[in-house]
Amino acid sequence: MRLPLSWLLEYAAIDVSPDDADGVADLSRRLTACGLEVESVEPVGHDISGVVVAEVLDVAELTGFSKPIRYCRVSIADGQQRHVICGARNFAAGDRVALALPGAMLPGGFEIGARKTYGRVSEGMICSALELAVGEDHSGIMVLPADAPLGADFVTYAGLRDVVFDINVTPDKGFALSVRGVARELAISCQVPFTDPADVGLPADATATSPEVHPVSIEDTTACDRIVLREVRGIDPATPTPLAMKIRLARAGQRSVSLAVDVTNYLMLELGQPLHAFDRARLHGPVVVRRAQPGEKLETLDHVVRTLDPEDILITDESGPISLAGTMGGVATEVSDSSHDVVIEAAHFSARGIARMSRRHKLGSEASARFERGVDPQLPHRASARATTMLAALGGGTVVPGCSFAGAEIEPVRIAMAADYPDRLAGLVYGLETVQKRLREVGCAVAHMPGSAADRSDGAGAGSGAAAGGGEGAARPDHGRHDRPDLTLLVTAPSWRPDLTDPADLAEEVIRLEGYQNIPARAVRAVGGRGLTGRQRLRRSLSRALAADGYVEVICSPFTSVLDFDRLQLPAGDQRRQAVRLANPLSDDEPLMRTTLLPGIFRTLARNLGRGFTDVSLYELGMVFRPKSGAPPLAPILPVDRAPTEQEVARLGAALPDQPLHVAAVMTGNAEPAGYWGAGRPAGWQDAIEAARLVLRSSRLTFSVRADQHQPWHPGRCAAIVIGTEQGQEWLAGHAGELHPRVIAAFGLPARTSAMELDLSVITAAADAAGPVQPPSLWSYPLAVQDVALVVPQAVPAADVERALAAGAAAAGDVRLESLSLFDLYTGGQVGEGFKSLAYTLRFRAPDRTLTAEEVRGARDAAVAEAARQTGAVQRGG
Amino acid sequence: MSAPNKAYDPVEAATLSAGELQRMQADALAAIAAAANLDELKTARLAHAGDRAPLTLANAEIGALPPAARADAGKRVGTARAAVRAALVQRQADLEAERDRRVLVDEAVDVTLPWDRPMSLDGARHPVTTVGERLADVFVSMGYEIAEGPEVEAEWYNFDALNFPPDHPAREMQDTIFVAGAEPGERSGMVLRTHTSPVQIRAMLTRPLPLYVVSPGKCYRSDALDATHSPVFHQIECLAVDEGLTMADLRGAINAFVEAMFGEGLQTRLRPDFFPFTEPSADVSMQCHVCRGASAQPGGQPCRVCRSQGWIELAGCGMVNPRVLVACGIDPDRYSGFAFGLGIERSVLVRHGVADIRDTLEGDVRFSRAFGMEA
Repeated sequence: MRLPLSWLLEYAAIDVSPDDADGVADLSRRLTACGLEVESVEPVGHDISGVVVAEVLDVAELTGFSKPIRYCRVSIADGQQRHVICGARNFAAGDRVALALPGAMLPGGFEIGARKTYGRVSEGMICSALELAVGEDHSGIMVLPADAPLGADFVTYAGLRDVVFDINVTPDKGFALSVRGVARELAISCQVPFTDPADVGLPADATATSPEVHPVSIEDTTACDRIVLREVRGIDPATPTPLAMKIRLARAGQRSVSLAVDVTNYLMLELGQPLHAFDRARLHGPVVVRRAQPGEKLETLDHVVRTLDPEDILITDESGPISLAGTMGGVATEVSDSSHDVVIEAAHFSARGIARMSRRHKLGSEASARFERGVDPQLPHRASARATTMLAALGGGTVVPGCSFAGAEIEPVRIAMAADYPDRLAGLVYGLETVQKRLREVGCAVAHMPGSAADRSDGAGAGSGAAAGGGEGAARPDHGRHDRPDLTLLVTAPSWRPDLTDPADLAEEVIRLEGYQNIPARAVRAVGGRGLTGRQRLRRSLSRALAADGYVEVICSPFTSVLDFDRLQLPAGDQRRQAVRLANPLSDDEPLMRTTLLPGIFRTLARNLGRGFTDVSLYELGMVFRPKSGAPPLAPILPVDRAPTEQEVARLGAALPDQPLHVAAVMTGNAEPAGYWGAGRPAGWQDAIEAARLVLRSSRLTFSVRADQHQPWHPGRCAAIVIGTEQGQEWLAGHAGELHPRVIAAFGLPARTSAMELDLSVITAAADAAGPVQPPSLWSYPLAVQDVALVVPQAVPAADVERALAAGAAAAGDVRLESLSLFDLYTGGQVGEGFKSLAYTLRFRAPDRTLTAEEVRGARDAAVAEAARQTGAVQRGG
Repeated sequence: MSAPNKAYDPVEAATLSAGELQRMQADALAAIAAAANLDELKTARLAHAGDRAPLTLANAEIGALPPAARADAGKRVGTARAAVRAALVQRQADLEAERDRRVLVDEAVDVTLPWDRPMSLDGARHPVTTVGERLADVFVSMGYEIAEGPEVEAEWYNFDALNFPPDHPAREMQDTIFVAGAEPGERSGMVLRTHTSPVQIRAMLTRPLPLYVVSPGKCYRSDALDATHSPVFHQIECLAVDEGLTMADLRGAINAFVEAMFGEGLQTRLRPDFFPFTEPSADVSMQCHVCRGASAQPGGQPCRVCRSQGWIELAGCGMVNPRVLVACGIDPDRYSGFAFGLGIERSVLVRHGVADIRDTLEGDVRFSRAFGMEA
């Protein structure tokens, strides 16, 4: 909201000049401090000099140029006559104009000189509104009123020196989208008198109705609860808008259109009430406010023909829709340069209805912005009365006395609030007098609730006098008590503050006007927290473990597409193809939420490779989204006047997708860098599986690595990571290995790129269930070490051999296999084609004795026998 | 070896003759002197002072001598062995000293060689993660617990329960990304959460009172990506609901937080703002942690971090709107609460002077690596 200082000062009696930078900065600070954030303070008119009011004495038309040019003789009543070249044609001899003399400065640092042009010397320039930054009009020069004093400095004459505040109005503060609202806040902040512009220039009885005025009715009172029509007849449509009004409109960012439209816009800016002017001659029969009927259409002022929705709120006449209520008028009834009789409409429309309609038609306007945020329902009578009075006075017409009105009286909002509630919320003592004073300043009527405990006196000045009124800093930040804690106030909110509905809203008014800077800071009290959960700690541990192992954490885009699923070679029925679809995605190319982290991290890898890195290992922790099968299609909107029931919460939960946390890693180039020490070690499937192991080791869960086939991995180089319990339960945690060559090609990655992805939700759930660590007994009897070499077919997984050895050893009696490790893997001539030799070290120990050689051999033999049974292993050299 | 008998056998005791002992000692001393390194010395020790060494064997023969001769023989053997031991100790010391001298020279290396962690690459965590953890830990240290929630969220949690009325312009401020309904044009009642505040609702519905939680997480808005806005970003919010909480407690929490995160003694400033779920609401600025406000003073050096404003907008906050408490089944006459939230990316930008939020999104390894394991 852009508002010039001069306009605000008309209603807030503050003595500050636009040239007083400190005074202006103070006002800007005050506005921000009371919740109207000033985004910019822009001095205007300061950069104009040397422009004076001149009279055109005569005009000579020059011919022979590409366009008609005028050579004018002008006077500024200083005894000299000057000649000026001008390309505009909208003036005549005798008109008064703004003349920039040689040496004049125009906005933007544009200097005017005497110069020769079109074969003549031009001693200055006649200015358009645009050139003086007081409007957008550049179709002709600005013709000034006939009484503009000749020779006067134009800046002074037009009051151009001003300051424009650009205020960011939050959605709750509809009242601040007006001079009325902002000036009131300034007056309160400066503790100066405020004149309400809504009280200015009203007829004796603003609500009197008259059958002379065009009739109006409301068909749907949920769409509109009040509407007022008034009429002005016999205005001269050619009357120009007064310069001062044009300047204010321009400063507020509003284009000047015509006198009737400018008056409605001017009053909207001043009062906050959107107004619409209809050409009376173009209205057919009574005006009715109603919802749209199926198939109705309306061409709005922006020349778009809009198909209407049955929910749309319309102003209609017998011809059909004539205006999108509170949003934009229609072209058919628009005032034009031939409109002599004008009907002014002012109404109070449903905020929600206008919001929905404006959204539906993607049509926001100054009017809809105000209605959405709440307009004073008492304004239609007043604003329309001012509009007709102003229009008649400026345009030479006659006001038809009275109005036509449809609608009901609107009951003001009454709120009961404990007198000390603002104090209790802020944490300091304001006291009754201050609370009442502040509420009255914003326009509330404050009474004491009959029967409330402290109704024993009139309240004013009663009590201990803990706080005196009068501006900021009056409140005492101590731990005293409010003087009337037992009193309940009955507060009637002013009609212009539809945002005041609850005690908390009233408390905020008191607290913000008393100043947030006066709220003390109380030392933090320690509360009994339990620290991080196991899951939260695990997430941090594995993140650190991966980073320590050389992986760089990245945060990738969570959006994806069917194309990504194809690139991953996912089969048709794969669960990962079931994705959450977005109604309004950021990009139509990626309308889905990810079901796997891999495409995002692949793209991030590609970006790094594109920037010249070759050895890159990345990881990401993030949610993926998996719609539940059979989920209801709609998450219901529950009531908010009570807590939802368990069933209601469950219905919300049922509609939401599963959102497990995943971890993924991808690696290419060298896992161990090359250098002067020698060659590097290329990253490969082992690194992917090791990254998965790293994560599982952080969790301390028992897990196994198994050969598997799963997209997008290489079918011969893919491992499933399976969590197992001693009770035999198993959970698939995820997969790791080298990527399928087609996937590598589809994502443009280097050959042999490897990756892993694990479902952390599975891992953390298993870890939660696992209970505390059970440390081993640290037996100190001597260790007995045995090596065995086993020959098995190539296809037998090493993990199977290992598991069988362990199982065999475990069954061998009172001997503990403390550890088992592979120390050699051999393929080649000595073991025969299609076979491999796996050499293990087995370490045995007993709790209570030194093992005999015989016991150790027995255990080893039992282990080997079980491996032979399960995997066909043959002991080498045995 | 002879048994310890009483019968004196001069042949067997020949090794104890003075000449023989002298020869043994000389042999031993020569071998010790000849040992060029510690390994050779070890061999010499075994040969001349070990269990099978001649002097050792000679010593064992003393018992075979007649008692009258034992003392004299013992003395001679003892002298010889002592000489050998002394020579061994001396030679050992000499050789060790020599080895040490050699090692210091021969084994010296250039420790400045760029041996850049040859066993693995240079890994790092993302600063949004580590700064997020630090932010959370400040609250955890005050006794708050970390609460989490889903990113695809029901509208009711994201808006309605937080006192965003249907169709209110406050919803429009949030540029929501909606989940598509079952059929085109139908609603789903679900959104990508626009803030972490729905976690407040979930916490109030499920946790006992009093309640102190902090919720970090990813949020989504259909903002255009530019230097300061990202459609996918992270927020962290704290929520306290207890009896008797006031804005003074809120200010206390904010001050403690700013000090922990940005430095001691930084002032904070609240200014009125609007959030549907808090009333009163405020935005929080802190004194610039770099120039400490000096850049905004007359004659101050310009400050890049606060753009010479002296203050940095940091967060939004307020007292929990009683309507929100009601929607969560909490008695607003008994309990009050405060909430306070900020963007984690914004904190990274402010704290570390990062100029462009896109640096946090692109996954360029140089960015995370600069931060290492902890921010």
